[in-house]
Amino acid sequence: MGSAEAVLFEDKRLRREMTSGNMAFAEAMRQINPDVVAAYPITPSTEIPMKFAEFVANGLVDTEYITVESEHSAITACVGASVSGARVMTASSANGVALMHEIFPIAAAFRAPIVFGLVNRSLGAPVNINCDHSDSMPERDSGWIQIYCEDAQEVYDTALLSIRLAEHKDVLTPIFVCQDGFITSHCYEPVEFLSDEAVKEFVGLREAVYPLLDVDNPVSYGSFVTSEYYFEIKRNQIEGMNNAIRVDGEISGDLARLTGREYPPLDCYRTDDADYVAVIMSSATGVVKDVADELRARGIKAGCIRVRMFRPFPSKEISAALSGKKGVAVLDRSASPGGVSPLAAEVKSALYMSCRDGFVPVFEFIYGLGGRDLFPDDVKAVFEKLRAGNCGCGASYIGLRDKMGGGD
Amino acid sequence: MSCAPCWQDILPGTITLGASSRSVETGLWRSVRPILDAGKCVSCLRCWVQCPDSSIQTCDGGTVQGIDMFFCKGCGICAAVCPVGAISIRPESDFLEETGPSGGVNPVKVGELVGQC
Amino acid sequence: MGGVNVRELTGRNNPLAEGHRMCPGCGAPTALRQAFMGIDDPVVVVGATGCLEVSTTVYPYSSWRVPFMHVAFENAGAAVSGVAAAHKAMGRRGLFRDGIKFVAFGGDGGTYDIGLQSLSGALERGHDFTYICYNNQGYMNTGAQRSGATPRSASSTTSPAGRLIPGKLQRAKNLTEIAAAHDIPYVAQTTLHDPSDLIKKVRRAVETPGPAFVNILVPCALFWKIDPADQVKICRLAADSRFWPIYEVANGERRISYTPKKPVPVEDFLRAQGRYSHLFTDEANRRDLIDQAQADVDAEWEKLTGNAKPQS
Repeated sequence: MGSAEAVLFEDKRLRREMTSGNMAFAEAMRQINPDVVAAYPITPSTEIPMKFAEFVANGLVDTEYITVESEHSAITACVGASVSGARVMTASSANGVALMHEIFPIAAAFRAPIVFGLVNRSLGAPVNINCDHSDSMPERDSGWIQIYCEDAQEVYDTALLSIRLAEHKDVLTPIFVCQDGFITSHCYEPVEFLSDEAVKEFVGLREAVYPLLDVDNPVSYGSFVTSEYYFEIKRNQIEGMNNAIRVDGEISGDLARLTGREYPPLDCYRTDDADYVAVIMSSATGVVKDVADELRARGIKAGCIRVRMFRPFPSKEISAALSGKKGVAVLDRSASPGGVSPLAAEVKSALYMSCRDGFVPVFEFIYGLGGRDLFPDDVKAVFEKLRAGNCGCGASYIGLRDKMGGGD
Repeated sequence: MSCAPCWQDILPGTITLGASSRSVETGLWRSVRPILDAGKCVSCLRCWVQCPDSSIQTCDGGTVQGIDMFFCKGCGICAAVCPVGAISIRPESDFLEETGPSGGVNPVKVGELVGQC
Repeated sequence: MGGVNVRELTGRNNPLAEGHRMCPGCGAPTALRQAFMGIDDPVVVVGATGCLEVSTTVYPYSSWRVPFMHVAFENAGAAVSGVAAAHKAMGRRGLFRDGIKFVAFGGDGGTYDIGLQSLSGALERGHDFTYICYNNQGYMNTGAQRSGATPRSASSTTSPAGRLIPGKLQRAKNLTEIAAAHDIPYVAQTTLHDPSDLIKKVRRAVETPGPAFVNILVPCALFWKIDPADQVKICRLAADSRFWPIYEVANGERRISYTPKKPVPVEDFLRAQGRYSHLFTDEANRRDLIDQAQADVDAEWEKLTGNAKPQS
């Protein structure tokens, strides 16, 4: 325990408990005490609205909790409340997220700073309740910030800082706080919580601009806009996204002063002198880091980058971190049939402008669809392929049963 | 002369300001025009209550004063519901010699904010 | 006009301001304008996608003198739920004015069809709001397609009267009764035949705590193929023929608000509109469908009056 941390414990500003990602998000919601929550249950995020209902039933929050009849209505009610000036949170997964799809760009365009616990689950069909990122990836162009958390602690911390990031006047953009379904959402691990007072002080109160409920200064949201104005309105909106990395840095710094934990957009592990780097997101990162350690012990300079912030994508940062590498493997937990997998596409795109400084080969791997685990041997095989330089042009599949033998 | 705003000057969240359409001259759509005969009008307010465009002008006591040609689209409902025949409908072509805005109460034209710099 | 002092109302600014781009003679702005005449409190309006929403919010202008929000087509019920909940939550913190009333509106597309689930959820949850359906019996914003509110035999662009099929084959669903089946405190149905009836019903809907639903039949001159000036006349025919019964359901009790002394045949209502003209051509002579329309009206009226108290 570092000295700053020790002081915090003495202050009783921190408590440590065994909990899960869902419970950590729900606990953050209790401490944030949002004005409005509208949610509809879906596995594996169901525990969040369930736990929050308990808080409401026991008077632990002041929230108006709207138990809607669908995810579409959940996000719609959230938009209505957020535009009204309220602080709003919700949660969902998979097909629930897909049903909400129509409303996400509207929320973003309305600059409605909703904080959304997105518990990643594969998008049917076939129906599967386990983790992959096929539910959140289709929303990457919806205008929402997307942050992918590695563990329950990060889920908790990110929920807190997302309130301030989303509501910041230079950002005003809704946020998906993503965690891996079941792996993070349901597994119990130690999490440090701030005191209720510390959270209250950290998140402050929302100061809405142009709240709908200001009947003395009436404004209209959701106009019909011709091509004379649409472009300027969208560009104005995009500026909020463009400011997010800078503002996130400021708010993360504030949170780090309370917790000792820092969250840059990229989590770079032993990459500075690495020859080979694997890029990944969310809960499987630990496997890659372990393998990097093991390979380093054998004299192979391996490293790992975990992309925490996927929207806005930290292109400059990743380009700098990967320039000069002998090989990069991007491990995607979702596919883009007919195209490049989402994370690989971003990484390749980021490196394109720096390719004059030296070509960095980037290879695309798809793993873990429908909740299939990623094992150390899988990752070792990825690094072996990188070293051999025989990864091919298209995506390789990790841990797939394959008659051609390509799945190992 | 006003100017269509650049993206930096757009209000956030798609918003527009309340009642700003009062500067939109929908009277330009009109092909026929209601003419009020104040001598016949009994201010029963049937036209006022049925006008889709809030174009029947009244004074404080609820007496009909006239018809706002800046907004009136010429649907003819006012004439149809008038119990005393105080409103007649005439083609706009009868008024071609008029110059300037047909109503004149509101200075801003449709599209004034569009495309001018 | 019975029970409503219109002269007094002329001194007020209507929440729906001038300069909107609804077609000349459209019934929808008349309905909403009259609806707002009876509301004394500050009001926030939520609109489903549709003609009225689009035509009142053509950027950079808004025809709403009061706060207004449009989210999408199928979700006005959920959107107003969120706004009302936010008002409750922030009211407890002393933010914003007390006593704000919440009114959502949609056309029959956004209410009978694509928005029914969202509306039903909001009615069931019991938020304090009033939902107004301006029902022109079809999808007008996209060009006069049939909806679940389109009556039998009407010719629409997706139920066109052709050589084989004589317009829409199905009856309209009865949304007023569907709303009433939620056992909400107040449900009403009216048209533009009598402004005082509309004004009073919406006032009662808004003043009643909890959810309320008002279904207002409004003509679309383009779809119904009528002279826009005939708006009120057509609405009177709808009421006098009992094609559109004028009634309310307050706390579960049905009350007929207007009983025509001598009902006119529904044929008069149909004949006045171009959307039924295929029933009246010499070669078609669809007396059977005209009779069917009368039978539909009579059956609905009987069902309704069997459940209702007569006008007191």
